[in-house]
Amino acid sequence: MNASIRFSQVSVSYGPKAALRDVTLEIPEKQIFGIIGPANSGKTTLLKCINRTIDFVPSARVTGEVLVRGQNVFRVGRKQRWVALANLGKRGAWRTRAFLGRVLRKAGPAAPPDSRSPDPIRSVYDLRRRVGMVFPLPVGLPLSVYENVAYAPRRAGIHDRHELDALVEKCLRQAMLWDEVKDRLDMLGTRLSGGQQQRLTLARALSHRPQILCLDEFSIAIDPVTTMKIEDILLELKEQMTIVVATNLVHQARRLADRTAFFSDSRLIEVDDTETLFTRPANRLTERFVNGEFG
Amino acid sequence: MSGPPEQRTAAACSLLPGELDLQEGQAVPLAPRDIFTASSLERWKKVKETIAKLVFMAMTMALVLPVLCVFGYLVVKAWPVLSVSFLLENPREKMTAGGIWAPLVGTFSLVFLSLVVCAPVGILAGIYLNEYARDNWMTRIINLAVMNLAGVPSIVHALFGVGAFVLFAGMGRSLLAASCTLAVMSLPVIITATREALNAVPRAFREACWNMGATRWQTIRTIVLPNSISGMLTGVIFEVARAAGETAPILFTGAVFFTPVPDHGWSSFFPYRLGDRCMALSMHLFTLATQVRDVPEETLYGTAVVLFGLVLAVNSLSIGLRAYLRSRKKW
Repeated sequence: MNASIRFSQVSVSYGPKAALRDVTLEIPEKQIFGIIGPANSGKTTLLKCINRTIDFVPSARVTGEVLVRGQNVFRVGRKQRWVALANLGKRGAWRTRAFLGRVLRKAGPAAPPDSRSPDPIRSVYDLRRRVGMVFPLPVGLPLSVYENVAYAPRRAGIHDRHELDALVEKCLRQAMLWDEVKDRLDMLGTRLSGGQQQRLTLARALSHRPQILCLDEFSIAIDPVTTMKIEDILLELKEQMTIVVATNLVHQARRLADRTAFFSDSRLIEVDDTETLFTRPANRLTERFVNGEFG
Repeated sequence: MSGPPEQRTAAACSLLPGELDLQEGQAVPLAPRDIFTASSLERWKKVKETIAKLVFMAMTMALVLPVLCVFGYLVVKAWPVLSVSFLLENPREKMTAGGIWAPLVGTFSLVFLSLVVCAPVGILAGIYLNEYARDNWMTRIINLAVMNLAGVPSIVHALFGVGAFVLFAGMGRSLLAASCTLAVMSLPVIITATREALNAVPRAFREACWNMGATRWQTIRTIVLPNSISGMLTGVIFEVARAAGETAPILFTGAVFFTPVPDHGWSSFFPYRLGDRCMALSMHLFTLATQVRDVPEETLYGTAVVLFGLVLAVNSLSIGLRAYLRSRKKW
């Protein structure tokens, strides 16, 4: 079981107010990971650390490491130049030795060194493309429905009309929105209803083919039926990507998640397999929360 | 309010609790007056509401009234001279006859040139300050500087213009120097208008784009600018109107008492070169009123009407543009 995201000793504070205290946590790959906890317990902050949108909160101070696919997100893109230079040096040395080996008729080194991790995250923008984010309040961009979904692919350099059409349809279908908007793709995204906009946001988050999908209380603005449909979709999607669901609906986490973490008062209280956490919690606080006695 | 709700309801239909004893299918008719009659408190609220509305409306009318009075008075006084030839002829016979072509074109050239100088600088600076700059001491100092620049009296701008453009930059007293002075004066207003227009775009849009891996510039280009360009334009046009009416900044930097320009043929449309001194409407009005003897009153008022009308027209254009763009707003 590979860890997709790893937090080690992460603390975040907004000015004097601590939002996360010394969180160490592993989120495994290709599973649904639930985060539960009362309001103001640091769930959103945790998600914002994953794709570094915490940068946009001017007062936020972060310590500790967040590793996504083994790379520290707070150092992503920073020393790429030196890494590239070092790799160039290594490859150059290998070539020289291979050449000398041919000349001297000796066995050269077996294979070129490859110190680079496969498919490294190149920049913070690359990181954010790999992490889909859905926030609780729906935001339809002031563009047409089609352009809303095609926004990220266009920015990533996909301009072929057919490819875009297919992608937009796929994402809208995944977000359970296609049947409602297929005849009015030219309509402004901001004119959709709240629940539709939320599903549009989900479609947008899927449009850049993320490897990690973070949902922050996604069901607040949508009706129960759609919520259940989207939950089914999430269960299908977990074959392809790591999904992190922060929710204060305890039962949602129980239905969806393979593992669940419980946060309270900006601390990680307990993390375990969902079944264990809900039936035999180790912590008294967790027990009271999952039984609905506080929060 | 006292008692549980069911008691009050019973009282409203003049029944005591427990008195309601009906067969199946029967109904109790309720007189609407018992329920919906306004209490004295509600009547008093309504009176206060009306008073407040009338006071606010009166103040608004008081704003509009002077504008109408001034414009009406000017037009009536200037009526005898108002004609196309008044606009298209040069002043003659020591300014006591003829039209206002030279100062009119001068004002247009001044405003246009100053706009060319200050609009790009102001808009780009506003975008930087609003979208890129972090909130640190440097940004705060820049903001303070912009605010102070907006508060500087225009005559001080004029002296600065003399020092910086006329003397130091060696432009001499010219159209260019006067335009640059006007531009410096307009800069803070344009920066502020740009920032306000940008601030009107909700931050949630930007964050949605950033979350999808768009860079700041991509976000600005695709989402922020298309939705704020209207506000910026409005600000710029308002600034044009203000610059057209300014006298002090051009007084020492490039405007002259009188300079003959061609008022026939093609060359009359671009009569001034960058290094020339020029006439301007506001300056012309000032000199007519204070420096020249025996000016017929109508000429004076005619000049004022044209200047006032120009400003009014530009402002109306701006307001109309804003109304049009607001009707197409996308959220």
